[in-house]
Amino acid sequence: MYKYSDFDTAFVRERARQFRAQVERRLDGSLTEDEFRPLRLMNGVYLQLHAYMLRIAIPYGTISAPQMRQLAMIADTWDKGYGHFTTRQNIQFNWPKLVDIPDIIDALADVEMHAIQTSGNTIRNVTTDAFAGAAADEVADPRPIAELIRQWSTDHPEFQFLPRKFKFAITGSPADRAAIRVHDVGLQVVEKGGQRGVRVYVGGGLGRTPMIGQLLRDFLPEADLLPYFEAIVSTYNLMGRRDNKYKARIKITVFENGIDAFREQVEAEFVRTRAEFTGVDQQILKEIEAEFAPPAFKNDPVDAFEAAKAVDPLFRRWSARNLTAHRVENHAIVTVSLKEHGKTPGDASSAQMRILADLAERYAYGELRVSHEQNIVLPHVAKADLPALFAELLRAGLATPNIGLVSDIIACPGMDYCALATARSIPVAEEIATHFKEIGLEDEVGKMQIKISGCINACGHHHIGHIGILGLDRAGVENYQITLGGDEGPAAAIGDKTGPGFAYDEVVPAIERILRAYLDLRAGADEAFIDTFRRLGAAPFKEALYGVSRDAA
Amino acid sequence: MSVIVRDDGFHAEDWVGEITEVPADTAIAAVAGLAAAGQGGMLRVAFPSFADGRGFTLGRRLRDAGFTGRLRAAGPVLADQYAMARRSGFDEVEIPDDLAARQPEDQWLFRADWREGSYRARLQG
Ligand code: SF4
Repeated sequence: MYKYSDFDTAFVRERARQFRAQVERRLDGSLTEDEFRPLRLMNGVYLQLHAYMLRIAIPYGTISAPQMRQLAMIADTWDKGYGHFTTRQNIQFNWPKLVDIPDIIDALADVEMHAIQTSGNTIRNVTTDAFAGAAADEVADPRPIAELIRQWSTDHPEFQFLPRKFKFAITGSPADRAAIRVHDVGLQVVEKGGQRGVRVYVGGGLGRTPMIGQLLRDFLPEADLLPYFEAIVSTYNLMGRRDNKYKARIKITVFENGIDAFREQVEAEFVRTRAEFTGVDQQILKEIEAEFAPPAFKNDPVDAFEAAKAVDPLFRRWSARNLTAHRVENHAIVTVSLKEHGKTPGDASSAQMRILADLAERYAYGELRVSHEQNIVLPHVAKADLPALFAELLRAGLATPNIGLVSDIIACPGMDYCALATARSIPVAEEIATHFKEIGLEDEVGKMQIKISGCINACGHHHIGHIGILGLDRAGVENYQITLGGDEGPAAAIGDKTGPGFAYDEVVPAIERILRAYLDLRAGADEAFIDTFRRLGAAPFKEALYGVSRDAA
Repeated sequence: MSVIVRDDGFHAEDWVGEITEVPADTAIAAVAGLAAAGQGGMLRVAFPSFADGRGFTLGRRLRDAGFTGRLRAAGPVLADQYAMARRSGFDEVEIPDDLAARQPEDQWLFRADWREGSYRARLQG
């Protein structure tokens, strides 16, 4: 895992000192609320519905056991004993007091963490595949590049007041578990003629104008990463619209100017930025790469794992759902579900954080990941240790075997926390999860991504859910619009709107009609919902939702 | 009136030469021309609001285009943005009097250490 350099340590300490002074200057009137706003945002402090919210970065989703324990300490000392893991590999605390936040920032710096640029019109926390460095299918671990981008973008003097927020995502695998096509810049590590580089997509994003990113550069050699990114962001800084907040994201800049004109500007700008970098960044990248060396994997045989699967049906079921192939044959990637049926997706109590930290130390070389599906991943576990790990997870209530199923829902905070929400999203997620478990349909339906947003800003990524649910306000009444056929990853697609929305209590029955239609229509048990949808289109599902007449009309 | 901020604190206006204005919405294509036209004098880049970060990129580009004269950021820039302006190639910042009264000299001197702790500078080499 990456260890802070002396430079990093000095930086986060100094930044904490600056933020403490900013809070004091807000309180003594040196800074107006308007002026303080971007400064607190670039330090992760939001003003929510009920209180301030602090969003802490978990860079590229990687976190150590001691860091996880520190989050538990923060939850107990300054919040209500729990935290919320988000879709962008951050953790949010919803109840800190403004005057306490400088102390929290200091506590984060103690364990090489920070909340820098988790908000505001800045380059945000770079996200990646939660299985990075462990997955069997990756070209290379994308995290060294993510760390390089973190360093470059942190406090970048030109890019702290961009037209809007700016999100990078990077994947090391063609399977793209980082949803790169719906980010402002999406990167895929590729190799060409023995040379390492990235494929660059630009202008993807969700929100009120969802768009799939377009190809900007098919192959960018590793040596040119930073100058090229700098060319993209500085072009955007000047070209991006500042007259209308809803048209300020780079997706609109690219859309309005056209990808070819945008590329031309970037490439021209790249000539200038390329000349600025001397190559020291490549040296630093090499040093970063060394920090991400994998742990010394154990050699234990897998017999005990196979034997436990043969005799224990619970373990067998969990293994089938929550394990992913590891690059080392006798290891597995474990996903610990934070989606227990009926609970808030992504929430973890301080007790659970401590248990996870302990288990990571005992069974996973001390390393944990936060996935963008809001679960916790133990990236390296010897198969021999899985039965013992499972038993402990079971005792702690963390063994829900639902990864990739109906109840593994992504939901934004919605009306329960968010000042912008037009509808509830967490209770909808809870009811869907509980209902399909109760009627026993969850396992039968199999692979399914349901994503829920509480307003048009789409933080719950509903556009790219196989089933997307968007909560709106229709004359003071919650109304939920359903989209179908969205997807992330290599086949990224924006879901189709089905038709008129549904009242709060009609949502679960509507989802059930879709799922039952799918079970009738699928070619076999191994055809997932999204594949049936692609084969047949939206029509039969609309019919299931609204009846035949509407479709004929 | 306005106050000029440099690494050693507040100053009254002391520039006597030519000033070429650089609006915040300067087109990318116009940067090279401005850098040449302003050479030997001052380029004064407008910051219409503290939330508008275009000026930082304009400053960087003017420097890269070869401008070696006095480069000034002018507008309601915050003390917290002083380091960003210096790192983007500006020599000084010109702020309105009321802002200088609300954010006195010590708050600007707090960031006179802008050469320290810059990831961007470290990576550039
Ligand atoms: S989608 Fe809307 S309601 Fe949900 S978190 Fe984002 S802004 Fe808030």
